[in-house]
Amino acid sequence: MNAGASEPIAAVRLAGITKRFSDVVAVDSVNLEIADGEFFALLGPSGCGKTTTLRMIAGLEFPTEGSLKIFGDEAGTLPANKRPVNTVFQDYALFPHMAVEANVAFGLKMQRVPKHEIAGRVREAIRLVRLEGLEQRRSRQLSGGQRQRVALARALVNRPKVLLLDEPLGALDLKLRQEMQGELKALQREVGITFVFVTHDQEEALTMADRIGVMNEGRLLQVGTPAEIYEHPVNRFVADFIGQTNLLDASVVSNDTVCLANGDHIDGHCDLPVGTRVAVCLRPERAGMHPPEEVPADRQSVVGRLEGVTYLGNALVYTVSLGWARLEVRRENQPGGYRPPVGEEVAVSWTLDAISVVRA
Amino acid sequence: MTTVADRPTGLEEGVLATPEFEKAAARAASRRGLLLSLPAYAYLAVFFAVPLGIVLIYSFATRNRFGGTDLSGWNLDAYRKLGEPIVRDILFRSLWLAALTTLICLVVAYPFAYFIATRPPVVRNLMLVFVMIPFWTNFLVRNYAWRVLLGNDGLFTNISEALGLGERELLFTTSAVVIGLVYGFLPFMVLPLYASIERIDLSLIEASRDLYASGTQTFRRVLLPLSMPGVIAGSILVFVPSLGAYVTPEILGGAKTTLLGSYIVTQFLTARNWPVGASLSFVLMAVMLVATLVYFRTGGKNL
Repeated sequence: MNAGASEPIAAVRLAGITKRFSDVVAVDSVNLEIADGEFFALLGPSGCGKTTTLRMIAGLEFPTEGSLKIFGDEAGTLPANKRPVNTVFQDYALFPHMAVEANVAFGLKMQRVPKHEIAGRVREAIRLVRLEGLEQRRSRQLSGGQRQRVALARALVNRPKVLLLDEPLGALDLKLRQEMQGELKALQREVGITFVFVTHDQEEALTMADRIGVMNEGRLLQVGTPAEIYEHPVNRFVADFIGQTNLLDASVVSNDTVCLANGDHIDGHCDLPVGTRVAVCLRPERAGMHPPEEVPADRQSVVGRLEGVTYLGNALVYTVSLGWARLEVRRENQPGGYRPPVGEEVAVSWTLDAISVVRA
Repeated sequence: MTTVADRPTGLEEGVLATPEFEKAAARAASRRGLLLSLPAYAYLAVFFAVPLGIVLIYSFATRNRFGGTDLSGWNLDAYRKLGEPIVRDILFRSLWLAALTTLICLVVAYPFAYFIATRPPVVRNLMLVFVMIPFWTNFLVRNYAWRVLLGNDGLFTNISEALGLGERELLFTTSAVVIGLVYGFLPFMVLPLYASIERIDLSLIEASRDLYASGTQTFRRVLLPLSMPGVIAGSILVFVPSLGAYVTPEILGGAKTTLLGSYIVTQFLTARNWPVGASLSFVLMAVMLVATLVYFRTGGKNL
């Protein structure tokens, strides 16, 4: 046997996938491997190409260039009905002329699965998403959450190799969405199928996914675990898109020094050539705040004027104006902390490992 | 204690007042609606219901020897005459041609309606205008135009000759009548089909493909059932006027292919047998009524 055989086969493998609609490049040479059993999120703002990428995996859109493999088999030109994947559509796309049971059975019927087997598998899928008793309802008689479960059951009953979810929680209200996040995650663990889901909600992606691919303007910018993406964003866009962040314009002076836009030199690691325009990324919860003369020796700081305070209950967010930039500092609401009045001169500080220097 | 117990009762009365008010408002609205539709009802009564009653009365009357009609001595003779082979043949031929016309319209219009419904809105409206353009020309004139096209030295014979199929005589045949009827009533099939296909969420088609259905299966299991209201409405709108068609068969058909419309006209004007003409008209109307009822029964379901 050759050495390559021992390597696990990727559930989905995109190599140089490009999709053009007339002269618009929707997806621009994306390379991506999604492992078997992974919960993978494609994250990005609307129009970034994430949905088109998902639709190409589903077979609802065909790549202009590149290779698309599903468990090692080239699938780029196969129509949707010939691919071992199923989709949970954004608005669920339940068949309105069929009851819940018939919706769930549809895929099995089309694959000509024997009748007695269909009945058993449909019952099992309906139980899996906890919809027992609603088998004969039409989709218009269901709530948003129930519809979503039907869509899940309808896809999962086919035991796809990969389940694709297009903004699966987008149509639900906040409370239900948070509930379903946990449920989806548990469901994925239970069935052990690779889930690929598309979302524009970074919090949803961070909460649910094993790994995240961040997209913008058709390009896949970064792939990593939620922690990697949050703590080591590759560029300004990713840093800004994921979570709250302060970005200070700067340029590279040396391997461990950058020059801020106001001329201050600060420590900061980066491997970019001297003179490159960068941004220093400082998360609000990692910034400290002190009276200007009391900054601890191991911390670097900038001085500014406190402009406002937002009271969040469990935390306080201070807005500090530096004159050339504005910073947000988030402090847990602990008794006895430093609480300067608005208008006071304050120092915003950080340790070296709290910041990252990213490409602008 | 008592005040606490009293208060919810008072609140309940306040809540109950709302549906009462809504009912009264609905009653007032329906009274207003009746008043507004009164002219239409009056018009229909005078110019539709009354003549219809007259036709019904005549269908039970007897033709006298001089071509007049005796209204005394009602009987079913005129209806019995409809069972005679000549009339029965005409009836069946008309039903067959109307069904054939409907089927051809359906097969031609469906892909076309689907195509229009899936275009961007601007293109959609433009194409709908194209569908309706023929209505700007008089129906009679358009039928005569077909006479030219199908005639001896017409486009169709020329093409047929050029292709080496020999000289084909189309004009004054049943085929010519069907071509004319399909042409004339096609828009009545396209428009309702378009309206019902346009309402279908196209992601349902993608969902069907995603769930392993082929194109044919998707059509049969998803698209067709969901567009059924359009199919039924279009079929009735084509079948009913085809069944009673007079102008097209007269202009494009031959003497051998008498259809219901022509036969009824003959009964009234030439044979001067008003009772038979009237009874046949009534049978025709009964068929249309049944077709319309079928539409309302099935059209409301599912969607």
